[in-house]
Amino acid sequence: MNARFNKLLGRAEVSRRDVVVGSALVGGALLVGCSPADIMSAGSKVEVGAFGAFIKIAPDGLVTVISKHIEFGQGNHAGLAAIVAEELDADWTRVVVEQAPANAKLYANGGMGAQLTGGSSAISNSWTQLRTAGAATRAMFIQAAATKWSVPAGEITVKDSVLTHASGKTAGFGELLAEAAKITPPASPPLKDPKTFTLIGTDRVRRKDSQAKSDGTARFTQDVRLPDMLTAMVAHAPRFGGTVRSFDASEAKKVPGVVEVYEIPTGVAVVAQSTHAARMGREALKIEWNEDKAEKRGSAAIAASFRDIAAGKGPADLKWEAFESKGDAAAINAAKAGPKVLEATYEFPYLAHASMEPMNCVAAVDGNKVKLTFGSQGQTLDQLNVAKIVGTLPGSVEIETLFAGGSFGRRATFTSDYAAECVHIAKKVGKGRPVKLVWTREDDMHAGYFRPLVIHGVRVSLDKDGYPAAWRHRIVSQSIMKDSPMGGKGPDPSSTEGTAGSPYLKATPIVDAQLASPEVGVPVLWWRSVGATHTAFVMEHTIDQLARKAGKDPVDYRRALYAKAGADRHLAVLNLAVEKAGPTATAGWSRGVAVHESFGSVVAQVAEVKLVEGVPKVGRVVTAIDCGVAISPDQVAAQMEGGTCYGLSAALFGEITLTDGAVDQGNFDTYRVLRMNEAPTVETHILPSGNPPSGVGEPGTPVIAAAVANAILAATAKATSRLPFSGQTA
Amino acid sequence: MTATLDVNGKTMSVQADPATPLLWVLRDELGLTGTKFGCGVAQCGACTVHIDGQPVRSCVTPIEGLSGVKITTIEGLGGAHPLQQAWVKHDVPQCGYCQSGQIMSAAALIAQNKAPSDDDIDEAMSGNICRCGTYQRIRAAIKDAASGKVAVATAGSTTLEETAEEIAASAGATSRGAGR
Repeated sequence: MNARFNKLLGRAEVSRRDVVVGSALVGGALLVGCSPADIMSAGSKVEVGAFGAFIKIAPDGLVTVISKHIEFGQGNHAGLAAIVAEELDADWTRVVVEQAPANAKLYANGGMGAQLTGGSSAISNSWTQLRTAGAATRAMFIQAAATKWSVPAGEITVKDSVLTHASGKTAGFGELLAEAAKITPPASPPLKDPKTFTLIGTDRVRRKDSQAKSDGTARFTQDVRLPDMLTAMVAHAPRFGGTVRSFDASEAKKVPGVVEVYEIPTGVAVVAQSTHAARMGREALKIEWNEDKAEKRGSAAIAASFRDIAAGKGPADLKWEAFESKGDAAAINAAKAGPKVLEATYEFPYLAHASMEPMNCVAAVDGNKVKLTFGSQGQTLDQLNVAKIVGTLPGSVEIETLFAGGSFGRRATFTSDYAAECVHIAKKVGKGRPVKLVWTREDDMHAGYFRPLVIHGVRVSLDKDGYPAAWRHRIVSQSIMKDSPMGGKGPDPSSTEGTAGSPYLKATPIVDAQLASPEVGVPVLWWRSVGATHTAFVMEHTIDQLARKAGKDPVDYRRALYAKAGADRHLAVLNLAVEKAGPTATAGWSRGVAVHESFGSVVAQVAEVKLVEGVPKVGRVVTAIDCGVAISPDQVAAQMEGGTCYGLSAALFGEITLTDGAVDQGNFDTYRVLRMNEAPTVETHILPSGNPPSGVGEPGTPVIAAAVANAILAATAKATSRLPFSGQTA
Repeated sequence: MTATLDVNGKTMSVQADPATPLLWVLRDELGLTGTKFGCGVAQCGACTVHIDGQPVRSCVTPIEGLSGVKITTIEGLGGAHPLQQAWVKHDVPQCGYCQSGQIMSAAALIAQNKAPSDDDIDEAMSGNICRCGTYQRIRAAIKDAASGKVAVATAGSTTLEETAEEIAASAGATSRGAGR
């Protein structure tokens, strides 16, 4: 998600006992403003079995792997299960996945101290934890068999959930269950040499949920039906920061099926017997809004003010924060404009996540007890936020996490916005009666938490050989993390990551890179690949323009810079993608290349593009990724395919605009997204690696826009200074 | 009003405002939640069902006038339809939310066209949005299913036969619950 986030997710060393028997495990209270006691209490009661918090084995030998991470498309449930199955030597066809309850002590993400799925970290933060859990459980079974059979443990082998001794004795997990459960977990179970993996890295690691997601039985929040459940819709203020001044619910209450109307902090809620009734009731409301404190600027005005800031004409009290600097910055500005200097600005609009399942939640409040049933992405944050509303302890907030119909970052907010809204309503309803909050597509699109509007200004001078000598970089973006529980001092790394840490800056002797974070009353949030959504485009498109100035081939130009920077992984994926793409483009198509590192993985793409009526059409996209050990090569490919589509959708069409503070787009007719006829064909090649796994869900997203821009540059000599490619409105 | 609907071969009676979109009757009244709400304005295709074999966006189809037509939802495909097998074989779904609608659009296509070209697939499927970007696997799965090239490969999940039986059982229970 960003550098600071990744740091929070750093691989905390987990002791054997923590993993195996699930005793207290909190890497530290790293959420600012939450005391260790808050975090520690953020867990509903969980019964931990003999094999710890992550593994259950049934008498018939069925292995259940408990996932602390939500599955909303990333394929992490398959990957997490495969890690356990590999070390346990379980029969993969007899492994199922169950979603963990909310409990930060047992199910925190790495060193964060909070249960949260984000930063493309589900696999990486679980790698050692689940290998250890699987290996310890395997050792317990071996010891049980050794004792029962009176043979040395070292003579017993395990394969497909069956233990075997050379004497011919065999027993399945189910048969040895009672004995194994009594064994003390080993102090440090040996982990396999990755070279001996038989499941991880093979095409046998397939999704566990494809059947349920193809026959309509997979259960999403939208599908929850509980006895006596009510459905709620909320009328929200048309502008961010608006509140209810007064309302008249008399007509709404006449709508058949409407049960009650409540004012809540975010608007007016209509509670009804059905979704249709709630919707009709909401349409009948009459509300006067108080917009005294609302954000009333349009996106054009916001962009104009950001351009002024980037040009050094911003307000005096807005500070610039340096995030990379070396050498004599004055030398950059001294360089005269000319053939050896590139000056460029880039603009990026607000973007909605627009997951297929609009935001929703089911909540029941009974006194100080709360039960949430929904696709919770950040369970600990949700517990903390909800507990405050109800006046209870986080541990009294039980969460049943369901599949979610996409998130792309949207479901992990610091405010738990829609879950909190649902709890406000359920609290009014009371008596433990469940309430399902349904947002329409328009509610979802109007609610903000957008990818920030961002402007970059770049000035690079070249040395006599044509390589960057001095690089001045200015980023203007609303901050996602400032003033949040994850915020810290200094420039927000979620605004700079990708420019910060770039191998191109490492290869440049003089660097002056600064960030300004003006405040705007539009809620912003991480959006699949976060900072890289804009920094990857700026760095990679700038490099192609510099190569052009230098009269060099863009691939060779990158190779030289990677050599200077010691960026071996970048070089390796670039070479792999270029090799697999082959020497010549498909006839009639132009090629563009881009490479970017995010979430610990490096992705290179060669995209074939042609312009159709001025809009890029993307055909073949050859992708190479270094993500460490690939647990499921097929799911890595799926994420490269999907990530590329998600990035391309935004690059081609994605733009949220505001008129006088109100969001202009409401549905897919005005917020256009990629469709079947526009989808590229993505080929994925995984760099062989013995390194621990790194991110996969997000790194496939940010590269394509730059590859497309570079293909257009190659074909037309025109650089792209603004996304999306189509709809060049201000 | 009381509406009588033929859903997945079963006659079902519901009490609902005639203007209620079929989507909400299926989901809220009949408990057939496989059909999804995505946009409410026939832009995304997540709510696609068949009416007399034709793909229709149920979110904008009022129940008024649906007596006498045959409505088929994802549950009505039974779980082991060639497309559903192909979806599993290719691990098409990611978040999975749009896939019921994708499969229903694809089922209408291959019922008419056993060898759909890429253009045929684009035309039939471009009304269905997938934000996870599973389009190229959808394309591959449609071609497999249309040509009968589906091998059941369901590592680790229940067998297709079992799943189909479960669905049939639960659909039966649902229709009884709806007061048939």
